[in-house]
Amino acid sequence: MQRSVVVALSEGLHARPAAQFVAAVGQQPVAVTIAKGDGAPVAAGSILAVMMLGVGAGDEVVLATESDDATAAASLDALEHFLSSPVLA
Amino acid sequence: MTAPSSLDSPTAPAPAVLRGFGVSPGRRVGTVARMPDAAPAPSPEPAAPGADLEAGARAVDAAAARVRQTLARAAEAATGEAADILGVTAAMAADPSLAAEAARRVRENRSTPARAVWDAAELVAEQLRALGDLFAERARDVQDVRDRIIAELLGLRPPGVPDPGTPFVLVARDLAPADTARLDPQRVLAIVTSGGGPTAHTAILARSLGIPCVVAAPGADAIADGETVLVDGAKGEVLRHPGADAIARATRVRQRPSRLEHPGRTADGRPVALLANVGDPAGARAAAAAGAEGIGLFRTEFGFLGRQSPPSVDEQVAAYSQVLEAFPGGRVVIRTLDAGADKPLPFVTPQGEPNPALGVRGLRTSWSYPQVLEDQLTAIARAAASATAQVWVMAPMVATADEADAFVARCRALGLDDAGIMIEVPSAALRAGQLLAQAQFASVGTNDLTQYAMAADRELAELAQLSTPWQPAVLDLVAAACRGGAAAGRPVGVCGEAAADPALAPVLVGLGASSLSMTARALPDVGAVLGAVTAHRCRELATLALAQRTADQARSAVRAALPELEELGL
Repeated sequence: MQRSVVVALSEGLHARPAAQFVAAVGQQPVAVTIAKGDGAPVAAGSILAVMMLGVGAGDEVVLATESDDATAAASLDALEHFLSSPVLA
Repeated sequence: MTAPSSLDSPTAPAPAVLRGFGVSPGRRVGTVARMPDAAPAPSPEPAAPGADLEAGARAVDAAAARVRQTLARAAEAATGEAADILGVTAAMAADPSLAAEAARRVRENRSTPARAVWDAAELVAEQLRALGDLFAERARDVQDVRDRIIAELLGLRPPGVPDPGTPFVLVARDLAPADTARLDPQRVLAIVTSGGGPTAHTAILARSLGIPCVVAAPGADAIADGETVLVDGAKGEVLRHPGADAIARATRVRQRPSRLEHPGRTADGRPVALLANVGDPAGARAAAAAGAEGIGLFRTEFGFLGRQSPPSVDEQVAAYSQVLEAFPGGRVVIRTLDAGADKPLPFVTPQGEPNPALGVRGLRTSWSYPQVLEDQLTAIARAAASATAQVWVMAPMVATADEADAFVARCRALGLDDAGIMIEVPSAALRAGQLLAQAQFASVGTNDLTQYAMAADRELAELAQLSTPWQPAVLDLVAAACRGGAAAGRPVGVCGEAAADPALAPVLVGLGASSLSMTARALPDVGAVLGAVTAHRCRELATLALAQRTADQARSAVRAALPELEELGL
């Protein structure tokens, strides 16, 4: 299952936003990958891999899971919500 | 030509000044303790024949785990900004990919564990540096994690801030965020670095901890352990081997306040509203905590950035209401969307403009997309209706009287009577009287006004000499704007970086500014300076600045005529 999200976080995925995103990924019951645009997917639970994508505000990322069930959908919903809020909680 | 060496002389070395960027004000004298330089790269020699590679790989994992635990504990013990920064470093140490890559290098390339960690981290750091900007700054965190794991592997003391036992001036090439986050203001009198920049973490944290700090000071690497230095975080100067006079002046300075305790006023009681520039609800709450009388510039872009379409009216009402709630009964000046130039937004900014700073930006975007402005004003009016704050609205990048009148009319139609304009374009400054016929107030944005007056892109470091509000031509334009406001009977304030400069603030008041709006942390300093000078002296300082030929001369002349700055430690 895949989901395209435009990142709204004003600083992009670096430092604190990246750490919070990775923490949110860690709470999901399924493994999630993230890719920037058409780039190669990386483990969304790795802060170093996520930061090395260099995702800025307004960039499109693709979140993906192996499975296709409702659990995966709920995980992608939660992560999409995180990425599309302009400011951190 | 080189200076004569004083090594052979039996007398004390002469004072010498190093100039860097002052990023956190305050003046302190102290004995230097240098941050130990990072350990050199471990030898690339492969592991000895017969070495237990599996044990080496496991050692990497174990060392990484211990570093992660140490950092996580430190993050839990910290608060605020420091906790965030330590949390990020801990998350990097916890990242399994770094340890896995290092372990792979031990098993497959026969690297020693320490060298494997070094190389694995360098891969990541290099890629982050290549991304530039905010990501490049994170390379320093990766190196910090690397050095901690290597120290753990080799049984060395982990890298960190020294502890000479008495308060000291910390001198370093650069500080890792995790080091900066654990600085104790009771022990660290001041910070000097040879590297880093004004926007790096060291600067941000030093300010939030109230530790005077000078970064990017050339020559700081030559300062030795045990030397005495005087650090001036406002001027960006480090004085080596200071004389007794300089030390006496610096130590006489009283503790600077961290909060604005009284409404802004000159020594003779003339009120000057001291307001904050904020960009989101969190900023508004921080400004209220810092004692701001209100908000002089609420930048509304945060709700629009990184989106493909504008936020709904409801979303905007919710966001603006949070900001208004921070200042019950106070003034909140909301600037409508300032898209374009360095803040392009896909739904209003034209593609491919050859000169975006001179293009369709600010209020001009509403010519093609009137609904975006209409929705924003509607949201502001709704938020204002259910708040006690006095809501003023202003448009950015207004150039003509027609534009000002049209904006004010649209605001009035929605019940927003306190509508005004930003003065950032020289034409608006020169014709302020006409532009303020309908508009109820003006706020001078000195950053853009300087850029347009000097024809100097404010992002270009090569043009930094031109890009200062001390340029007499910029001060002339501020004076013209204030005269126009006085003629029309409208208040004119200043909301650019200039208002945060404690030496420039009295000049702006002398030119006629009725309010100053700035980053919240500058409020106590600016309030203290204004409280030390009369309105009459502000006018004299303004006349003095306008009479100078150059920006440097204007700054020097005003500082020389304002000894109160020195007394306040500014």
